[in-house]
Amino acid sequence: MNGSRAAPFAVWVLACLVLLFLVFPIFVIIPISFSGASYLQFPPESFSLRWYQEYFGGGGWWESTLLSFKIAIVVTFFATAFGTAAAFALVRSTFPGKAIVYGVLLSPIIVPSIITAIAVYFLFAPLHLVGNWWGMVLAHTVLAIPLVVVVVSASLSGFRIVLEQAAMGLGASPAVALWRVTLPIISPGIATAALLAFLASFDEVVVAIFLSGTNAVTLPKRMWDGVWLEITPVIAAASTIIIGLTVILFVAIEFLRRRSETIADGAPLVCQ
Amino acid sequence: MANQAVHEFIRAKVSTRGSGEQPESSRQSSDSTVSVQLQCLSKQYGRFGAVRNLSLDVFRGEFLTLLGPSGSGKTTTLMMLAGFVNPTSGKILVEGRDITNEPPHRRNIGMVYQSYALFPHLSVLRNVAFPLEVRKCSRDETKARAMEALSIVKLESLADRYPSQLSGGQQQRVALARAIVFRPSLLLMDEPLGALDKKLREHMQVELMKIKSRLDVTVVYVTHDQEEALTMSDRVVVMADGVIQQIGHPKDLYERPVNRFVADFIGDTNIFDGEIVTTGPLITVMISPGVMLHAESSKNFPIGDRVCVILRPERVRVGAESLNCKNQLEGVIDRVVYIGDNSRVRVLLATGNTLVAKLQNCGQTLSMNAGDRIRVGWDRESTWLVPAPQNVPTPSALDDDGSF
Repeated sequence: MNGSRAAPFAVWVLACLVLLFLVFPIFVIIPISFSGASYLQFPPESFSLRWYQEYFGGGGWWESTLLSFKIAIVVTFFATAFGTAAAFALVRSTFPGKAIVYGVLLSPIIVPSIITAIAVYFLFAPLHLVGNWWGMVLAHTVLAIPLVVVVVSASLSGFRIVLEQAAMGLGASPAVALWRVTLPIISPGIATAALLAFLASFDEVVVAIFLSGTNAVTLPKRMWDGVWLEITPVIAAASTIIIGLTVILFVAIEFLRRRSETIADGAPLVCQ
Repeated sequence: MANQAVHEFIRAKVSTRGSGEQPESSRQSSDSTVSVQLQCLSKQYGRFGAVRNLSLDVFRGEFLTLLGPSGSGKTTTLMMLAGFVNPTSGKILVEGRDITNEPPHRRNIGMVYQSYALFPHLSVLRNVAFPLEVRKCSRDETKARAMEALSIVKLESLADRYPSQLSGGQQQRVALARAIVFRPSLLLMDEPLGALDKKLREHMQVELMKIKSRLDVTVVYVTHDQEEALTMSDRVVVMADGVIQQIGHPKDLYERPVNRFVADFIGDTNIFDGEIVTTGPLITVMISPGVMLHAESSKNFPIGDRVCVILRPERVRVGAESLNCKNQLEGVIDRVVYIGDNSRVRVLLATGNTLVAKLQNCGQTLSMNAGDRIRVGWDRESTWLVPAPQNVPTPSALDDDGSF
C-alpha cells in the first residue's frame, strides 16, 4: 500500500524536474531582460526597463516585430486556405499518384530548412524577391502549408461524412452543406492549424536570414543579427515578448482543442 | 405495456383492411395513386450486383418496408432513392417526375438515419430548423414550423438542448422532426430503430405509425428485423441477393410465402422437402421413404415435382391433441425452451427431420423433458406448399429469429 502511494509521488517529482529543465532557459532570459547592465548578466544585479525602452524605441526592433506580424498574418491566411483545400482533396478523393502528391506537399517540413532557404534564395534573387516582404510571405507559406494539411486532414478524417449527406438530403447544396455543417464542425482543427501556421512564420529564422536583405528584416532575423553583432539585453526583452506571445497562443490552441473534443465526443457543452 | 399497445394497433389495422384474400400486388383500399416508381433499377459494383433489375411501385400514403438480410440490396435501393448512390441502370420516378439523375439536395425527400446524423454544433431547434433555413424561409415562419415539428414528436421542451445531451430515443425523434419539417411527400428511413433497446423500439414503432397517419406521408422503411416489418407496414418487400423475392401485405407473406426463402425468413418455420405423390386439391407429399404428408393447395403441382412443405410451429399439436390430426409423426424431444409466453419444443422425428412446435403458455404445466418420446400432428390446412428452390438464396443463420 505504501509502495503504490509512493510511486506516483516519485513520478510527480521526476516530471517536475524534467519540466524545469525544459523551461529553464526561459527563466534565465526573462530576468536578464530586466537587467540594468549593458551585457548579458545572470543573475542580474540591477533592475531597469531600458531594454524595453530600446525595444519600443526607434532602433528597428518594434518595426521588425510589426513586420513579422504582418507577414505571419498573411501567411496564415494563405497557408490555411490552401492547406485546408489540399486536406479535403487528400482525405475525400482517390486519384492515381495520391501518395506522391502527399509526399510533395509534406516535403517542406521534411527537408532541412537550410536547404530550403538556400534554394529559395537562388530562386528569388533574380526575381527581386529578396529583401521584399512578399518573398518572405511566399517562402513562409510553403513552409506552413504542410502543418495545415496534417492538422486539418486529421480533423477531417474524424468527421462523420453522414452529417454532410444528411445536410444534402435536407436540401443543402454541397457548397451550403460544407459551409454550414462541415466547416463549423472542423473549425477547431482549422483554427489550430492556423495558429500553427502563424507561429511557423513568426518564429521562422533560417529562411529569414537569407531573404531579409535590408528592407525586410523580421524579428527573428534582427535577434540573430543582435547575437552576432552586439549582445545587449534588448535581445532578452525581445525574447521575453515572443515567449509571452507564444504562451498566449498555446493557451488559445488548448482551449480550442478542448472545445472541439467536447463537440466530437458528445460530452455536454452546457453545464446542467 | 408497449407490447399491448402494439398488438392493439395491429388489431385496429387488420380490421380496417377487410377480410378475404388479397393478391400479392394488392392496392390500398383507400388510395391507389402511385407515388414512387422504381423501374428496372440496377446497381453493379464491378462484378457484384447489389441490386438487380428491381421494379417496384410505391403507393401514396403507404408504409412500405424493404426487408432482407445484410447484402440483400435493401439499403442500396434506399440510397438510390435518396440520391446518394447512382444507379448503374434504370429509372426512379417520384410523383411522375424522373429524378434518377437529380442530386440529393433537389429531391425534397426526408431521410432518417440509423445513426440519427444530428448536427452536433446546433441546438435541437436549429437542427430541426435547418431544412427551412436552407430553403430561405423567414425567421418567424422557420421558428414556428420547427416548434410545430418538435411538438409532433413531443420534444418542444428540449428545443434549446444540444444533441449530445439527449438520449437515443430523443435523438431519434429530433431526427424525425427534422426530416418532416419541410413537409416532404416521401420519407425514407434506414433502420432508424436499430440502436434502441427492445422496449423503446416497440414504443417508437407505435409513435412512428401515429405520426405517419397524422402527416399523411409515404414512408419507405428499411430493416432486417422481420418482426418490425410485419408490425408497421402496409406492404413488405422481401429482398435477397439484390432481387425482390415477394411483395405483399404482412399476412400474405407470413401465410402464403412464394418460395422457401420468404417462408424461412419470415417468422419461424418448419420445412419438409419432398416429392408430389398425388395431386389435385388434396395433395400427398412423400418426405421420406414411406412417409406421406397430407396437404392441400389451390395451385397445380404435377406428380413428381419437388416441393417444400411449410409448417408454422404454432400449428403443431403435441401429445393427446395430435391424435385427431390428419398428419401424425413420432419423434424424440431434443430440447424444450421456455420463452415466457410460449415454449418451443424441438423434436427429432423418426424420419430424420427436425421439427419445432410452439406451445402457448396458458398456465398448464408442461411435463415434457428431453429424451421423452412424443407424437406431433397437424391438419391438412395447416401447411403451405412452395416449389423446391433451384437457386433461391438461403437466409443467413443470424437472421433466423428464434431458431436455436
